[in-house]
Amino acid sequence: MREGWGKRAVIGVPFIWLLIFFLVPFFIVFLVSLGAPQFSVPPYSPAFEWDGWVPRFVGSFDNYVFLTEDDLYWRAYLGSVQIAGGATLMCLLVAWPMAWVIARATPTWRNVLLLAVILPFWTSSLLRIYALMGLLRQGGLINTGLMWLGITDEPIQMMQTDFAVYLTIVFTYLPLMVLPLYSTLEKLDGTLLEAAADLGARGWQTFWTITLPLSLPGILAGCLLVFIPAVGEFVIPDLMGAQDSPMIGNVLWGEFTRNRDWPVAAAVAIAMLALLVVPFMLLRSSPALRGEA
Amino acid sequence: MIRLLAILGFALLYVPLAVLIIYSFNASQLVSVWGGWSTRWYGELWSNDAVLDAALVSLQVAVLSASIGTIFGTLIGYILSRFGGFRLRMLFTAMTTAPIVMPEVVTGLSLLLLFISMEQLFGWPQGRSVTTIVIAHATFGMAFVAVVIQARLAGFDRSIEEAARDLGARPVRIFMGITLPVIAPALISGWLLAFTLSLDDLVIASFVSGQGSSTLPMVIYSKVRLGVSPDVNALGTLVILVVATGLILGALIMSRAEARRRRSQDRS
Repeated sequence: MREGWGKRAVIGVPFIWLLIFFLVPFFIVFLVSLGAPQFSVPPYSPAFEWDGWVPRFVGSFDNYVFLTEDDLYWRAYLGSVQIAGGATLMCLLVAWPMAWVIARATPTWRNVLLLAVILPFWTSSLLRIYALMGLLRQGGLINTGLMWLGITDEPIQMMQTDFAVYLTIVFTYLPLMVLPLYSTLEKLDGTLLEAAADLGARGWQTFWTITLPLSLPGILAGCLLVFIPAVGEFVIPDLMGAQDSPMIGNVLWGEFTRNRDWPVAAAVAIAMLALLVVPFMLLRSSPALRGEA
Repeated sequence: MIRLLAILGFALLYVPLAVLIIYSFNASQLVSVWGGWSTRWYGELWSNDAVLDAALVSLQVAVLSASIGTIFGTLIGYILSRFGGFRLRMLFTAMTTAPIVMPEVVTGLSLLLLFISMEQLFGWPQGRSVTTIVIAHATFGMAFVAVVIQARLAGFDRSIEEAARDLGARPVRIFMGITLPVIAPALISGWLLAFTLSLDDLVIASFVSGQGSSTLPMVIYSKVRLGVSPDVNALGTLVILVVATGLILGALIMSRAEARRRRSQDRS
């Protein structure tokens, strides 16, 4: 492969940026995760000491051993995967009818409904979460309404529960699920559905044998778009979740800010990278998935 | 049945926003009490210097980082869809897609540790500031812009570029004269995407910002954590208003252009 000077320069500029500001930071995180916390600036001991020009390894893998020993970390990690997975599924169930109705609407209605899905996506997610808090809190609209109707005498605790976390993730990430679903359902050949109906298939039969299999790429894309960021979510569990069952993102944040244990925070980050991002990148580059999508 | 479910889905998206808008005009300090209509919270918002300063910082960061991200993201998208194989292509592809799937806390922590190490080694950047937030946002912004540009380039007839090359045009001239005008709409949507993501980010900015460079989400977050603050309702209403106006204007312009294109096609 002949690589001209100009071509190298064009590749080189973004390459070097990403190398410095994306790849190198992870090596630094790894080095920090081998140190120990200490009272200094910055607050950790280095993994290497220099004898003149010769580096000598003085770090240890103690932090990683610590992560496996204290079950706080495993529980937070598995809990995050569970919450993100459950919320992704709920999001799919809510989004599917919306995408279907948009795809079957007249062109004018379709544009209006698509705008209605995109609008919240462009609005600050933090402000949307705050709007939902206004409904769910103790003195919020739902509790006030329920008490006014006489359904309950006391406000129901909805904030600081797993329910609130699930609901908020569905609410926040819904547009990310609807849009890819819509784009596959829109391309769905309507004559297939008519043929199935002519041959006497019932509604749910058509759904299971034609609509669902053909919309799989959109389902897959939507689920990944919701699941991946939801696992590492920090804001939603912090504002809506219970303090005693943090998600892994909150654990990292807590180690970093409250405990000022940067090496353990770095080890949690490396663990998230190894258990979440690397499997996804491998999955993405596997030919099986690429053929399907 | 399915329509009813869809309506419920849209209700989930919009009921909280509608309540936020209505309560932004509530005269009462308490969320559960309706104290009559008032624009009091808009006035308080306008006289809140912390919010205004943070909004300026956020806009500055978003414009700068979206612009850097669009330039680099366009290069990346062009390289990935036009350059074929080159050495280290695997690494390059991985580095351009990974920022999209990286958990925010991990990105934030890694960049903070990088900036601290760089300061120790080279004395730059001195502390955390708007500069460090811009670098962080530009890095994930370019990954998203690259995806948008790649999608646009994939659907564009390559033979025009090849014809220009056969006629002796230099690569830079082909890029400026043909590729860039064709991908211009993607450039705009990519910039807007990077801009919005930057305005939306709380976690990464919290890691890499310093004193005096608090962004708007950081200020809102600390207000929300402290409890009910009705002026956030007013701020939310303004943001929804701006986004809605922009989206509707954009949709109208797009449909006008589409209609014009169709008419000129019919004539020819």
